[in-house]
This record gives sequence, C-alpha cells and structure tokens, in this order.
Amino acid sequence: MSSATAIAPNYELIQQDGLETSLLEVSMGPHHPSTHGVFRMDVKLDGETVVDLQPVFGYLHRNHEKLAENMSYLGSMPFTDRLDYFNSMTNNWAYALAAEKLVEIEVPERADYLRVIMAELTRLVNHVSLVGFFINDLGALGTPLLYAFREREKILDLFEQASGARMMCNYFRFGGLRNDVPEGWLDRARDVVDHFPVFLDEYEQLLCENEIILSRTQGVGCLSRDLAISAGITGPMLRASGVNYDIRKVDKYSIYDRFQFRVPYTDGNVGDCYDRFMVRMLEMRESIRILKQALDGIGDGPVLGNAPKVFKPKPAEVYGRVEAPKGELGFYLIADGTPKPYRYRVRPPSLINLTVLRDMCLGQKVADAVIILGSIDIVLGEVDR
Amino acid sequence: MTTENLNAGMDLDDNTRSELERAGVIVSQVDSLYNWARGGSVWPLTFGLACCAIEMIASATSRFDISRFGSEVFRPTPRQADLMIVSGTVTKKMAPQVVRIYNQMPEPKWVIAMGACAISGGPFKQGYNVLKGIDRYIPVDVYLPGCPPRPEAVLQSLNYLQEKIRTQDIKSDPAFTKGRRQYPVPEFTGKDLEPPYNPEVWQPPANPNDKPLEKATA
Repeated sequence: MSSATAIAPNYELIQQDGLETSLLEVSMGPHHPSTHGVFRMDVKLDGETVVDLQPVFGYLHRNHEKLAENMSYLGSMPFTDRLDYFNSMTNNWAYALAAEKLVEIEVPERADYLRVIMAELTRLVNHVSLVGFFINDLGALGTPLLYAFREREKILDLFEQASGARMMCNYFRFGGLRNDVPEGWLDRARDVVDHFPVFLDEYEQLLCENEIILSRTQGVGCLSRDLAISAGITGPMLRASGVNYDIRKVDKYSIYDRFQFRVPYTDGNVGDCYDRFMVRMLEMRESIRILKQALDGIGDGPVLGNAPKVFKPKPAEVYGRVEAPKGELGFYLIADGTPKPYRYRVRPPSLINLTVLRDMCLGQKVADAVIILGSIDIVLGEVDR
Repeated sequence: MTTENLNAGMDLDDNTRSELERAGVIVSQVDSLYNWARGGSVWPLTFGLACCAIEMIASATSRFDISRFGSEVFRPTPRQADLMIVSGTVTKKMAPQVVRIYNQMPEPKWVIAMGACAISGGPFKQGYNVLKGIDRYIPVDVYLPGCPPRPEAVLQSLNYLQEKIRTQDIKSDPAFTKGRRQYPVPEFTGKDLEPPYNPEVWQPPANPNDKPLEKATA
C-alpha cells in the first residue's frame, strides 16, 4: 500500500474492495481527434468509468454577438454563416426571420419556397455528415464518413451554383434571397433529391442493423424525457427522448404549413445514442418528402421584396427562431432606433444541448463518453460563438 | 516525380546521364532524393480549429482525394506528423495550445496557415479575443487565403509546400541544423497573450509615420 504522499496532491483516494485507489483525471482536448473541434472535457475516471465530467469551452469564442452589435443589421448576415458552419443556410434564415419581424418585410412566395428547399438540403448535409462523424467516433475510420461526404459534395454543388460559395453561402437577405437560382438549377436539385434515397437505403443497410453499432450505442448515454424537457433540449435530441416537438410544426413559420411531413420521435423509454442516430436517419427521409413537394410547388416570381439595405427600426424587441438541424436556433434582437442592434443574442442549440453531457456520461465508460458527445451533434462555432 | 527531377543539380553531361539511365542507374544528390521522398509523403496533423477544418476534411475525401499527393495519412498525435494545417480562427485561449502542439512535432516540420483567420484574424480581427495571425508565434511556410478556402486550394497549397521542400538544402536548412525548433509558449494573462509575439519569427511592421524628420527640416 503506497502512502498518500506518493500520490499527486489533487488526487483523492477511494476505498474499493479493501484496496486504496485513486481517481484518474484526464483532460480530453482541446486538441483531440474526436471532440468535434476545440472542445475540452475534464474527466475523472475510476478505472474506465466516468465519475465526473466537466466540459470546458471558449476555445473558439470569436465575439460574434459584440461584433454584430457594432455593425448594421445586414452586416452581420455573413457572420451568421460562421456560427454553425455546416448549416449556413438555416443560420441565415433564423436571422432573416428575426429582422423581418422587426421591420415587417414581406417575403415573396418563390423566395419562401427556395428558402425551404435550401434549409432542407442543409438538413440533409448536416445529418449525413453527423452520422459519418458519429460512426467515425465509434471507430469505423473512413468508410461511412467518405460515403457521407460524397453525398455532401453533390448538395454543396447546388449551393455553389445558387450562391457562389460552398459552405459560407450568405444567400439570404431581409425580404427574400440575394439572387434567383440559375437556369436549370431546379432540375439539378430534383435530380439530387431523387437519387438521395438510393444512397440512404445503402447507408441504412450498412449501419442501422450493424451488430457493432447496436452494441456500442444501445443503452449508452440515456437521456430521460423529463430531463430533456427541463434542460431545454431541442431538435433531434429532444425527439429521440420521446417529445413530439418540431418548430416547423409548432410555429409553422414561412410556408411549412403547406407541406405534408411527419416528425420522427421515439416513445421515450430509452433515449440512448442509437435513438438519436435513428431519429436523424428518419428525418432525412422526411426532408426528402418536403423537398419533393417544394420542388413541385415552386412557381415563378421575384425572390427579393422591397427591403432597404440599411434601416433604422423603431425601438422594439423580437425573437425569430427556426428548426435548425441541431435544434431551435433563435436570434433575439433589441432595436433602439439606430441602424445597429442594441442587443444581439443567439440562442445556440449546440450549447444548450451540450448542457446535459455530464448527466448522460456519468457511470459510462470513457470510450462511450466520446460517442455520447458525438451523438449530441455540436459545432464549436455555435457553442462558443 | 520522374528521374529528371532526381537527377537535377548533378554536374553530369547529358550523354553520360542518358547512358547511365539506359543501364538503369540513377545518379542523384542526397538532397534531391531525400526531398523527393519527404515531399511525397507529408503527413498532416489531424487538427481542426474552426470552419476551415471541414474543408480540410473534405480535401481528404473521395472527390478531392489528398492521397494523390501522398498526404492522406492524417495523424492525430503531433509526434508522428510533419505538417500542421492551422485550419481556422486561433483565439487567444487556443494560441498556447497551438504553439505547444507545434513544439511537440519532430523535425522537419512545416506549417500551412489555412484561411483568413489563421493568416490575419480574418473577419473576426476586430474582436478582442482573436489572434491576428498565427505567424506571430510559429513560422508559417504557406499562406492559404480564403474564407474558407476550397479543397482544391488546400491541394494547391500542398503543391506549393512540396515545391518548397524540393529546394531545401539539408546542410543549411534550420529544420536540419537547429534540432527540434521549440518556441516559447505564450501565456494568456486574462487581458492579452504574454509575450504578444515571438520576435524570432515575427516583428511588427515599421510604422510609415515614424520616418526620421531630417528631410522635412532640411
């Protein structure tokens, strides 16, 4: 038996089966291949079991909110791209929605259809990449991620044709879109959407009943329905815990009331990593349904209403929110009569979904903590802002 | 790379060289052979900071396929990597970690500053928390502009780096003469990074307004 002095001062000794052992503290990150960016977890381990976990973030804090408070309303549109850098289109949309509420701008119908198409394509990009990274965290290095990125490239091509940029699209404007899509774009989009289910079939066949994935994810990182609701979790993670809540259905913002689609959610008995993975797989199918209806229903017309580029809204406060692929993304603006917002606040789904990480990881193995983090689907640009 | 590159720099006349090549003999300098081998197998570090990291990953996937240039072996540990792609915004909280990781990499090592943020702070330069260029602390070999740069641009920057590697002289290059280059790790004091830059690799540009006043008075 070693004396207590031989052990580093911060380690506490615990008695187990008559043996004195010490807890192991591991600092995972910020440079760690599986932490999805510059995120750090300070983990206390008893053997391999997590007994305490402290998330540390702020390594990518880029002063998004303060920068936005020092420029015109339209000026911070490109910065919203860089919040959740997988989903620039939905970030744009949430911000445009908030500002449109503030100055009461009407959006033309064609622009609304194109917004829905862009947002659902973004959802496909996000979920397909997330599943790739998630399986990557499980240890299947390569194949699923490469398949996912192959499909992602096809959708990014569409974004590039429409907006000129692959990732940072900066495509939305207050009152519509920056420009109309080029000729033939809708046909190409239809082609991509029609072929996507073929890939999804292959992907599901490969992953959904894979024995290793089942045994690694089932019963791991359970999130109860009550905790999910009280912690303010949104998005696929909330639906995997058995709550039927989707802002597309609740708010019916834009023209989502025109489309037939279902919201996949579980019965809420388990809420483990596998549920979260499956909810996303099913959501992609529903996105394709919306996309098909939107591509059929879109008509001709202008894509940008009469919105001034610089405006001075009357003093007011607004909150605009959309169902981003990761959850409820909201922008809260306070106007004080100047061309700049007095307060600009982002409600990031990634950060709020991350708050239950500790509850889900306690008692799990350290290797599972990695995949629990993967199943939350965080992007550090949004967590730290 | 063909044998032409390997034979480069040798004082052989063309007849002798072609005769030797016909006999299956390649005569080369150690430098050329060494640089040819290293340039064709640059192992990058799996190191993503922000948005640019996604494009870096995309450059490794099927469509762009960085392995055509011998760099598909992304290593998660700095001790096995040759190339650090600083992909994204370096904040003041993250800068000490970036320098520490650089210090852990063995020689020879190279750095690509990917994206506007890593070069100069980019769109977030006005912020209080963003480092205005990683070249203030570690030497950067290739600057890759863009926000984010396209995967093709990542491949092009790799080609530029390979060109640079090809011209390295083993006898005089700091990578081989100085041992493992390690730079002081800055400390975040709550207000700013201390020291504010590493004078070995970066000096603040001279202020054009600070000219001596002799001419004006004369």
